[in-house]
Amino acid sequence: MTINLSHFSAAVVFALFASIVFGITQRNSTMEQVKYGLYCFGMFVGGVFVAGWVMALIRR
Amino acid sequence: MAKPTTDTNTNKDKAKSAVTEPEYPLTTMAVVAPIMGWLIPGGGHILLKRYGRGILLFVSVVAMFVIGLGMQGRIYQPNGGDILDILGFVGDVGSGALYFLARIMDWGNVMAANAAADYGKTFLIVAGLLNFIAAADAHHIALGKKP
Repeated sequence: MTINLSHFSAAVVFALFASIVFGITQRNSTMEQVKYGLYCFGMFVGGVFVAGWVMALIRR
Repeated sequence: MAKPTTDTNTNKDKAKSAVTEPEYPLTTMAVVAPIMGWLIPGGGHILLKRYGRGILLFVSVVAMFVIGLGMQGRIYQPNGGDILDILGFVGDVGSGALYFLARIMDWGNVMAANAAADYGKTFLIVAGLLNFIAAADAHHIALGKKP
């Protein structure tokens, strides 16, 4: 079995599952867990875009 | 006039009990739940009747592990020799039964040198590290520190 993911899709899949675990383990109530999970996901994906732009600007 | 001794004794007893009795006493479940959670991702939470959280943790850790293997990620062995290999092993072994299953089935015994394999290796390590966090969370729930 071989899974072929692009860099971006691998980063998004990573962000999704890591955010779920962070949300569940780092907050107490269900609503707080959902909010924190979404926050982590946003930060992960946002970080990917920021890092992508930084690398693109360095490459120019 | 004699000082009231009973009140001071009671206070001393209270102070003693506060020192000797921990706020969250260690129970059998507080030991079993994290071990179960380590062996089977989310198992600790399911044991503590947090079914929703347990299933989500199971799906997340198992999915990351399977994707890591699918991307030709490498499974570290305990006798790697190099310090980074040992750290990689510590991360990998966090997946519990998944790690041992992979070793038995000889999965992840590849030396592919490409970006996808590097990501796969990271997925495998992070799956284990996230499972360690989940097991610690099960311990806190069993102690009563967390609802």
